[in-house]
Amino acid sequence: MSQIVEAGVAPALVASEREGLLAWIASVDHKQIGILYMISAMFFFLIGGIEALVIRIQLLAPGLHIVSPETFDQMFTMHGTTMIFLFVMPMLTGFSTYMVPLMIGARDMAFPRLNAMSFWIQLFGGIILYFSFVAGGAPSAGWFAYTPLSEKAYSSLAGVDYWILGLACVGIGTLAGGINFVVTILCLRVEGLTIRRLPLFVWMTLVNSFLMIFALPLINAALAMLLIDRFFNAHVFDPAGGGSALLWQHYFWSFGHPEVYIMILPAFGIISEVIPVFSRKPIYGYEFVAASSVAIAFLSFTVWAHHMFAVGMSHVANLAFGVASMLIAVPTGIKIFNWTATMYGGRIRFTTAMKFAIAFLITFTIGGLSGISFAVFPLDWQLTDTYYLVAHFHYVLFGGSVFGIFAGFYYWFPKISGRMLSERLGTWHFWLTFIGFNLTFFIQHVLGLAGMPRRVFTYPDLPGWYAMNMISSIGAFMLGISVLLLLWIVFDGINHGEPAGDNPWDAWTLEWATTSPPPPDNFDRVPPVHGRRPLWDLAHPDRADEVMAKL
Amino acid sequence: MDPIPVFAPASPLAHALSALLVGVFAVLVGIFLLVTTLVIYMIVRYRDRPGAPEARQIFGWNALEVTWTLIPAGILAVFSVFMVAADRAADPLIPPGRKPDLEVIGHQWWWEINYVASGAVAANEIHIPIGKSILIELKSADVIHDFWAPELGRKIDAVPGHPNTLWIEADAPGTYLGTCAEFCGVEHAWMRFRVIAQNEADFDTWQRAQLAIPPAPSAPDALAGAKLFADKTCINCHSIAGTAGNQTVGPDLTHIASRTMLAGEAARNTPEELFRWLKQPDAIKPQSHMPDFKLTDDEAHQLVAYLEGLK
Repeated sequence: MSQIVEAGVAPALVASEREGLLAWIASVDHKQIGILYMISAMFFFLIGGIEALVIRIQLLAPGLHIVSPETFDQMFTMHGTTMIFLFVMPMLTGFSTYMVPLMIGARDMAFPRLNAMSFWIQLFGGIILYFSFVAGGAPSAGWFAYTPLSEKAYSSLAGVDYWILGLACVGIGTLAGGINFVVTILCLRVEGLTIRRLPLFVWMTLVNSFLMIFALPLINAALAMLLIDRFFNAHVFDPAGGGSALLWQHYFWSFGHPEVYIMILPAFGIISEVIPVFSRKPIYGYEFVAASSVAIAFLSFTVWAHHMFAVGMSHVANLAFGVASMLIAVPTGIKIFNWTATMYGGRIRFTTAMKFAIAFLITFTIGGLSGISFAVFPLDWQLTDTYYLVAHFHYVLFGGSVFGIFAGFYYWFPKISGRMLSERLGTWHFWLTFIGFNLTFFIQHVLGLAGMPRRVFTYPDLPGWYAMNMISSIGAFMLGISVLLLLWIVFDGINHGEPAGDNPWDAWTLEWATTSPPPPDNFDRVPPVHGRRPLWDLAHPDRADEVMAKL
Repeated sequence: MDPIPVFAPASPLAHALSALLVGVFAVLVGIFLLVTTLVIYMIVRYRDRPGAPEARQIFGWNALEVTWTLIPAGILAVFSVFMVAADRAADPLIPPGRKPDLEVIGHQWWWEINYVASGAVAANEIHIPIGKSILIELKSADVIHDFWAPELGRKIDAVPGHPNTLWIEADAPGTYLGTCAEFCGVEHAWMRFRVIAQNEADFDTWQRAQLAIPPAPSAPDALAGAKLFADKTCINCHSIAGTAGNQTVGPDLTHIASRTMLAGEAARNTPEELFRWLKQPDAIKPQSHMPDFKLTDDEAHQLVAYLEGLK
C-alpha cells in the first residue's frame, strides 16, 4: 500500500540557470507561465474595472456629459473585450497551466515551449488591443463588433483593426493552449490516474480544451474576413456591396456561445474541488458532474442563434434554437444539485475559498435561471439588449466565473506562494464583493424590465431610472474598493503570511502531495493512485475510496 | 406611463408576452427559492462544529441524479408548449398578400416613417389608429438598429439588406415610448421614438393634416428663415413638402411643429430647444450627423420662426 511510484513520463527538466526577470521571460516552466498568466490577467482586470467605473460614473444620473459618447462607447467595448479575452480566459488558463500538471502527477505540460508561446502571444494580443488608444482611438463598436457598424464606412478609425489583430493573437494562443492541455491530460497522467479518476478540475480543463480547439478558429476566420472587408473592400459582411450583415453574427456567436462555456467550465472545475475539500466529503455524483460538462460542451455548439432571436429568423429556427438553449439548463442544473448535495452530511469549513464557492451556487443559479428567460424566445423579444441582459451575463460571468476564480485563488494561493492569506481580511473581501456585486447588478434586472436599453451613454429621466442607476453605480464603487482590498490581501499574504506547509487544507489531490511552492520538477515521487483521492487513500488505507464506493 | 412597460401590455401582442413572462418568472423564482433554501439548510445544518465526528463519505445515488435530470427537463417541456403558443400570439403569421401599413426605416440616429397607403411621411413619432393590427416593414438605411415599443409588441432588428416585419397594435389611445435597442453608433442613446395611438377619427384628422402642404410663411422672420433653409444647405438633407428639399438623409420637416420631441428625443420641441439645437447641435446630441452651421442668433431665430410654423 505504501509503495511510491515514479513521477510522470515527462523527462526531468534542467533547472534554468537564468535569474531575475529573464528567468521569467525565458521560462518554459508551467508554474512560472501559470503565474505570468495570472499576473497579466490581474493587471487587465484592474484596467477593465476602471473602464467599468467610467461607465457607471457616466450613468450615475440622467443627462450627464462627464465623458463623450465616443469615449463611453470605447469604454464598454474595451471593458467587455478586456474582461472576456484578457482577464477571465487567461486567469482560468493560468490556473489550469499551473495546476493540471501537478494534479496529474506530471513534471510539466506536454509542450513547454508551446505553452510559453501561448502565454506571450495572448499577452501580445492584449498589448496590440490597448495600443489602439495611442494609435487613433480604441475600438468603439462593442465587444461583438456587429457588421456593418464595424465596417470601414461606420468605424473609419483604426480601433477596430487593432481589435481584430489583438483578438486574433489571443485566439491563436488559446487554441495552442487547448491542444497542449489535451495532449498533457491524455498522455502525461501518472500511473493509475485513469480518466475516470481525474480530479474534476482536470476534467473540466480537458472538456474546455476541446471547446477552445473547435471554437477559436471560428472567430479567427471571421476576424480575417472582417479585416479583408476593411482593407480590401471584400464586402463579405457589407450589404451595400452584396454581403450579409447577419453572416457575421452567425460566425461570431458560433464562437461566442462556446466561449461562454470556455469561461465557466474551469470555474465549475474549481467549485468541484473546493466544495468537497471544505465539506470533508467526496464530490457527490462524480460521473454526473463530469458527463454533464461533456453534454454542455456539445450543446454549446448548437445554440448560437439564441443571441439572434431579434434579428428576424423564421419561426422554425427560433423554436429549434430556443429548445436547444433550454436543454443546456438540464446538465447545468445537475451540477448545481450535485454541488449542493456534496455539502449534505459534511463538516463544512467556512474558509474564504468556501465562502466564494457557496456564493457561486446562489449567484450562478440566478444567472442560469435568467438565462432560461432568454431561451424562451418570445421573452427574448422583450428582454434582449436591455439592462436585464447586462444583469444576466454579469450574474453568469461575475457571479459565476469570477466568484469561481476567487474561490480558486484563495484555495490555491498557499500552494503557489507557500504562504497563507489572511482569513480575516478574506472575509471582508468576500462580503464587500458579494454585497457590491448584488447591489450593482440585481437592480439592473428591473432597469431592463423598465425599458432601459444597454450601451446608451445617457438616458431620459423616466420613472425610477435615476434611482436604479444610482444604486448600481454605488455597488460598482463597492466592488472597486473590494478589488483594492484584494491587492492588499495578496501583498500582505506574500510578505507576512503564515507558512502554508504542503497541504494546509487537508485536501486529497496530487498538487497537495508536493511542497508549497512545488520544486521546479514538481515531484520526486508521486503517491500511488488507486482512486480519485490519492491523499485520502494514503491517509486512510483501510477505508480507501475504492473500498468505500463499493459499499 | 407605467414604470415597468413589459408588465403593462397595451395590445394583445404584448399581452401574450407579459403573460408568458409572469408565468416563467414565477417558476424560475420558485426554483431559485428551492436551491437557495437547500444551500442555506446545508451550510447551517452541516457547518463544522468542534468535536463532531468525521463526515460520512457519500459518493452519490443514481436515483436522485435521474430525478433531478427528469424534473427540470419536464419543466422545460412545459415551457416549450407555452413558448410556441406565445410565439403565435405575439408574432402572428402574415396573411398572404397582406401589404404593410407602415414602412419604418432606421437611420443613424432617427426613424423614418412612411404610411404606405396614404403616402404620409413622419419621423420619430408614429401615429396609429387604436384597435387595429398594424403591419410594419422594417428596414435600415445604414447599420443594424432595433425597433422596440415594449407596451405594444416584440422588438425586432432593422437589418440592412434584410427587411423584417412586425405587428404592433394599441388597445387604447395614449403615448407609448419606444427606443432603438441595438447599439448603432455614438448616438444610439438618442434614437428614441414614440407611438401615439388615437381613435380612428383623430388619426384620420392627423393623417390628412400630415398630407397637406404647409402654407407658405408670411411673417418676415419666417420668410427669412425659409430662405436660410435653402441657402444654408439644410435642404441637402431634409425634406419639406412644397419646397425643393426632398432628401431623406435627415428627418422630414414638413410638419415638424406638430411633433413633441426633437433629435431622437434628446430635446423637447419648444422654440427655445429648437434654437439651441440649431445653434449648437453638439450641446444636445454630440457627434450626430446634424452639422453646426455657425448660425448667428438672428439666423437661428429666423429658422425657428419658419420651422415652428410648419404645423
